[in-house]
Amino acid sequence: MNNMTANPFDMQGKDINWCPGCGNYKLLDAVKDALYELDLDRRNLVIVSGIGQAAKLPQYVNASMFNGLHGRALPVAMGIKLANRNLTVIAESGDGCMYGEGGNHFLHAIRRNYDITVIVHDNMVYGLTKGQASPTSRMGMTTSLQFNGVMLEPFNPVAVLLALDAPFIARASAADGEQTKEIIKQAVSFKGCSIVDIFQPCVIFNKINTYQWFRENTYYLPEDYDPTDRKLAFEKAIETEKLPLGVIYRRDERELYEDLLGITHIPAYEHEVSDEAFEKMLEEYR
Amino acid sequence: MHHYADEISIVFGGAAGQGVQTIADALVKVLKRSGYYVFACTEFMSRIRGGSNSTEVRITGKKRRAYVHGIDFLVALNAEAVDHLEERIGESTLVFAEKDHVEGKEISNFIDTPIAEFAKEAGNPVFSNTVAVGVVLGLLGISLDAFSEYLSVQFASKGEEVVAKNIKAAELGYGFGKETAAGNGIEVTIKPADTPSDELLIDGNTAVGIGTVAAGCSFISSYPMSPGTGLLTFLARKADEFDIVVDQAEDEISAINAALGASYAGARAIVSTSGGGFALMEEGISLAGVTEMPVVVHIGQRPGPATGLPTRTEQGDLNLSLYAGHGDFSRVILAPGSFAQAIELVQRAFNLADRYQTTVFVLTDQFFLDSVASVERSEVVRLPVERHIVRTDRDYKRYRLTKSGLSPRGVPGYGDGVVKADSHEHDESGHLTENFGIRKEMVHKRLQRLEKLSREALLPELFGPAEAGSLVVSWGSNRGVLEEALEKLGRKDIAGLHFSQLYPLNPQVRGMFEAKNVIVLENNATGQFADLLNREAGVRVSKRILKATGEPFSVEEVMEALQEVGHE
Repeated sequence: MNNMTANPFDMQGKDINWCPGCGNYKLLDAVKDALYELDLDRRNLVIVSGIGQAAKLPQYVNASMFNGLHGRALPVAMGIKLANRNLTVIAESGDGCMYGEGGNHFLHAIRRNYDITVIVHDNMVYGLTKGQASPTSRMGMTTSLQFNGVMLEPFNPVAVLLALDAPFIARASAADGEQTKEIIKQAVSFKGCSIVDIFQPCVIFNKINTYQWFRENTYYLPEDYDPTDRKLAFEKAIETEKLPLGVIYRRDERELYEDLLGITHIPAYEHEVSDEAFEKMLEEYR
Repeated sequence: MHHYADEISIVFGGAAGQGVQTIADALVKVLKRSGYYVFACTEFMSRIRGGSNSTEVRITGKKRRAYVHGIDFLVALNAEAVDHLEERIGESTLVFAEKDHVEGKEISNFIDTPIAEFAKEAGNPVFSNTVAVGVVLGLLGISLDAFSEYLSVQFASKGEEVVAKNIKAAELGYGFGKETAAGNGIEVTIKPADTPSDELLIDGNTAVGIGTVAAGCSFISSYPMSPGTGLLTFLARKADEFDIVVDQAEDEISAINAALGASYAGARAIVSTSGGGFALMEEGISLAGVTEMPVVVHIGQRPGPATGLPTRTEQGDLNLSLYAGHGDFSRVILAPGSFAQAIELVQRAFNLADRYQTTVFVLTDQFFLDSVASVERSEVVRLPVERHIVRTDRDYKRYRLTKSGLSPRGVPGYGDGVVKADSHEHDESGHLTENFGIRKEMVHKRLQRLEKLSREALLPELFGPAEAGSLVVSWGSNRGVLEEALEKLGRKDIAGLHFSQLYPLNPQVRGMFEAKNVIVLENNATGQFADLLNREAGVRVSKRILKATGEPFSVEEVMEALQEVGHE
């Protein structure tokens, strides 16, 4: 959407805390435009985030928000979704929050498969804490803390997600706002736990993985790519030369946690205890 | 002559997996249905098979809910049980066991009880448990009818033959019990209740569970940890009937955050854990504090530090809940003293959490949760569910500043507004801010409610002579033991005071201690509540009766400790 003022998800007159040139601006626009183009009812949308520069995003969207703790966006998002499944729930945060501090929740969110969208701002560095390595930092990158260069192999979210048979795995690059928006739209429309890992340049602390680097080191999956082929997706996931963008894998039939739990569409705030059922319960103990 | 006119304590001891619990469960149900007052409590080792566990079943002329140290009848299912309980076997204890289980041991009153032989005679060694219950009923001189009926229901799915064989096993044990009673001058004349009232036989887990269901709770996420798991299991069984979301979390951090998410969306949410699991939740309590999110936290206490004694009891997590979470904010801590009170207090916990948008703790412990007692139906109180949720308008602000410090609580999807909850310091609309003026107002807002909460705080209950110069304070699960010990001591100069709300304290509490000699009884090593009383109400405590062995207080030891009071 070029006509930004028409977007109901815009926040008017909000001072944004990000650095000039930050990849988060493009990501914010892509998210808001995707929501608008999906014609989502603003009143039924909640964006949940953790802590980090990325996690500030819902502060700048005119929609309900739960900006929680570092690493804990997903349990909060689950609680919201299970308490009121009529809500559209998006959880978003950075690579440190989702893959580092929140790693265990990330794994188990996929095992449960409740219907939310997870957007990970993957800038391969810690921004908020001023430039330390993140789980996705490339080996050899020097930082204030890893001054001899990052020693560890980077975390490969796409491969891990495939191992878990996550039902919707996509990758985007914030440098390309238009395509990022399209991928987010697909993810939000997907019924199940959809994950979008979005490459995002950090112009202050990551001098390696820049806008130009992402342009040169990524490519879009071709139109004839079959995202339902898990083995093929694995091949893509472990490519290192150039990193694939687009929907890498999807499996539409996986059952939702909401359905497995038998959750109704009555929101929790309308929950009532039937007197009859209560008396029947007491009967068991007579 | 062994005559029991007022009460009797029967203890079953054996290895894990041997069926001690099964026997006790059957016996208390049968006794309850036969009109007797029963109380049972259990101690067990942290292992699935083997070891040495025991369950105490008390039959009493009056309602009791405390552990007694002394054993009248011990039914030992193996030799280790006799060793394990040696210290509790007194001169008057009658020990019922197979001969080889007591070989080489000095026991004054041993009665050779061929349980295995009777079981075999009935058709299978697995009927030993049924035989044991039969023996006890025979000794007590209580009709076998209720037990036969119990067996018919219990084994109905296994066919008529199994039922018949079990009844036969019960009869063999019963015959033996009757003969033994006659031959050894055993006479039990405890009377059943005069007018059989409408009673429920429940354990502590069930009491907390009934309260949770009654409160309209629709969400629990928790990670299994003894003894907090019982509530999770209870609610899982009720999930379909009452539309409760039951999520087994990947860790306690997830559990508390999920509960806060559910609460944000309008659910009444609870987490259940023990001290160690709660330690992981602390950051979430801080989050609940800053976001003003209602949540109820049930902590089934057990001895720490760290893994401590996983299956034992303690009241050691008061300070943990009092100080949990970084930063200053309000909270409430409740601790029920009886099952009926637990049912009501849990509902109160949810109402307080919603009304004051705060964390409410419910502290129980292993002794409380695993005990069994009867509750009169009329004592099962249902409080109205007070949600305090408003429909939002377009200009809705989640943290609107008000005189009371409480902002109308909106939830997403209900109304035209957006609801922004934020872990950062935030402005009225929920957006992060570093404005010092707003910060000051928000800190005040979050603490302000404590004053109202304290004015509404439950007052402690006094029992015994009001004019007594000495006041013994207990909290939570130690109500029953204090009540019974004081009653049995029968002294005019000592009364009991039980706190079911530990924090904040009602301002009236201070006056209740004026000119009193104050003794505090609690199941921990340092006297955590005694310290709280001193700090919050200026109460000077002259004596602390403490126990942190992992066992509950017994009536006898509380009586002994109180004997000195006033004579020091």
